[in-house]
Amino acid sequence: MKLHIALFGVLPYLALASFVIGHIWRWRYDQFGWTTRTSQLMEKRWLMWGSPIFHAGLLLLILGHATGLLIPASLTTWLGISEETYHVIALVGGLLAGSLVAIGLTLLLLRRFVTKARLRIVTRSADLVMYVLLALTASAGMIATIGVNMLGGGYNYRETISVWLRSLFVANPNIELMASAPWLYQTHAVLALALIAIWPYTRLVHLWSIPLGYLVRPPIVYHSPVRK
Amino acid sequence: MRIRAQMAMVMNLDKCIGCSTCSVTCKQTWTNRDGVEYVWFNNVETKPGVGYPIQWEQQLRWRGGWKLDRSGRLRLRAGRKLWRLATIFANPNLPVLDDYYEPATYDYDALVSAPAGNQMPVARPLSAITGQPMKITWGPNWDDDLGGSQLYARTDPNLAAMTQKVKFSLEQTFMFHLPRICEHCLNPACVAACPSAAMYKRENDGIVLVDQNKCRGWRMCISACPYKKVYLNRLTSTAEKCTFCFPRIEEGTATVCSETCVGRIRYIGVMLYDLDKVEQAAAAKDNLVEAQRGCFLNPFDPAVVAQAEADGIPSDWIEAARQSPVWALVMKYQVALPLHPEYRTLPMVWYIPPLSPILEATTALGGDSASADDIFHGITQLRIPLEYLAQVLTGGDVDLVAGVLMKLAAMRSHMRAVTTGVDPEASGVGLEASELEAMYRLLAIAKIPDRFVIPKRHKEEGAALAAWESGCVLDAPTTVRMAGPVPVAAPQFANRSGRRP
Ligand code: SF4
Ligand code: SF4
Repeated sequence: MKLHIALFGVLPYLALASFVIGHIWRWRYDQFGWTTRTSQLMEKRWLMWGSPIFHAGLLLLILGHATGLLIPASLTTWLGISEETYHVIALVGGLLAGSLVAIGLTLLLLRRFVTKARLRIVTRSADLVMYVLLALTASAGMIATIGVNMLGGGYNYRETISVWLRSLFVANPNIELMASAPWLYQTHAVLALALIAIWPYTRLVHLWSIPLGYLVRPPIVYHSPVRK
Repeated sequence: MRIRAQMAMVMNLDKCIGCSTCSVTCKQTWTNRDGVEYVWFNNVETKPGVGYPIQWEQQLRWRGGWKLDRSGRLRLRAGRKLWRLATIFANPNLPVLDDYYEPATYDYDALVSAPAGNQMPVARPLSAITGQPMKITWGPNWDDDLGGSQLYARTDPNLAAMTQKVKFSLEQTFMFHLPRICEHCLNPACVAACPSAAMYKRENDGIVLVDQNKCRGWRMCISACPYKKVYLNRLTSTAEKCTFCFPRIEEGTATVCSETCVGRIRYIGVMLYDLDKVEQAAAAKDNLVEAQRGCFLNPFDPAVVAQAEADGIPSDWIEAARQSPVWALVMKYQVALPLHPEYRTLPMVWYIPPLSPILEATTALGGDSASADDIFHGITQLRIPLEYLAQVLTGGDVDLVAGVLMKLAAMRSHMRAVTTGVDPEASGVGLEASELEAMYRLLAIAKIPDRFVIPKRHKEEGAALAAWESGCVLDAPTTVRMAGPVPVAAPQFANRSGRRP
């Protein structure tokens, strides 16, 4: 029980604190390092496949998780989407996005650690930790989706995990609900919390720099120290 | 009419001896650091030749610069905005390290640490990137002086567009050196391609820089620059480029490459231009050189001066624009031409085409390389060097190059007549004797104050600039208190391994 309190009652807040404070610190002191840390200069052929596949999958996954975790089941039912329909959509979407991430990540990991010595020397410890956590989180999520929801009897995480997550935001964590979830889901959640905790210290910060402003800005940027 | 001032450069290719002093002094000043080992803000190539990075002129491959779309509108060659944002995860047009070269060092340690033995110890080449032993098989200007031109120079992209085929046989070939820096374009494709708005053009002097605190490593500028003059720092993964030595320029000193140029081929000066004409000139259907010349404003015209003052250009800058050797060479004598105007970035480093390929060919054909007639004859007959120069400097307009070469030939024969005491004939190229002599002085014997006319940054701007840009870069790796962009990745100096969180 103590372990459950630590993992599902305390860890989320620690991760969130690290996430928020870390980003503020990074923005204040290291905008120079706030980049994608691209290594395309060192290797291009694997990246041309791995990176777009991985990123497309990941963006879909983030979207899917946001819907599944933040939108209450009652709302989708009220909208006329039955529980079965929802789960079919979630399962198919999750499998598709998950496979994209799995394929993309595999290509990127092979690229980074197998293909070229050049890539190893531009890899930092923060990159290593991030890769390990990303790979583990994604694997746990995939195994849970395939093992439990596709082949197994299915598990309605929207009744437990989603409720637990939303209870965190009102500072009243519903630990028992999460403790009742299958251990695969628990592992997935804990790994994801770790990923959120290290987020601001890794290259993942580039997610917040998606350059949408580019679409509306004039092409040539002029700066003037005197003329405003 | 909105007037802006631009620091611009002209290089006289006839005088470049290909010594690469410019490249070395530039490297020692700006890219002598980890992460940019392969980077040469200034490089010198042999033409015809493949260049650095390999075939950088092959825009079908790298998709750099601008083009006109079917309805005649100016577009980046890399595609529409949405498409470019979609390719942000892996830029299909980005050169990789091998397209530049893998820099090497030598295992000097082996020379002193080798145990005593019968053989002399050897310092083997090691990769400056990975530290692993490597074979050196490529480098910038590997085909120097047409070395291996059968293998390399043959693939020069400029040759493909020519109607006549260049033969790389000793008797029939020609060559010249082409030193290159960032062009600090009036219509910079790099800036237009930067998704984060980290790249910018300074309004006061036109220098194009990358704000190191805003660069997020999207690497779109690198492929968008048709001259391949933005580089990726492999450790920080931010873009870096030629700064036109802005800290020196602000103090009224020439750039390092110009100051140290052994052949004294470089000229720096102010050009006034009309900001409102830039887009139109870049989108001109043809005659791009003429269109770009149309942007430049005559600093002797009172209407221009009045407007320049109204636009906040200090009077000493307007005076400098009048003295500008760039104005003289580009607009007065019209002997300088832009590098690849067809990329439509309106480059601001212009080149005086070399007469030497014609002179050599004239001599080879039994002519007198000092006689204007023989050279004129050569210029009209020798299509191959002419066509090649036109590919590089006018976007294929052979007559334009021929006209410039005629002027240079006329200047040569006029000065020969003057020094040998013969009455010079009328030049026939539209330049008076006095103009030919003034041009000769500027091209042949001008001293530093005539070659570099650089007004200091203006007093009013001084304080603002210091606080805003250069002054505080080295203060601390703290960036939060800085008001403006940070164009140089200074923290790397303090932390050579480039490691950060
Ligand atoms: S030459 Fe310089 S200013 Fe022009 S596009 Fe390239 S990097 Fe930008
Ligand atoms: S230093 Fe001058 S002469 Fe030597 S290669 Fe550079 S531009 Fe040419």
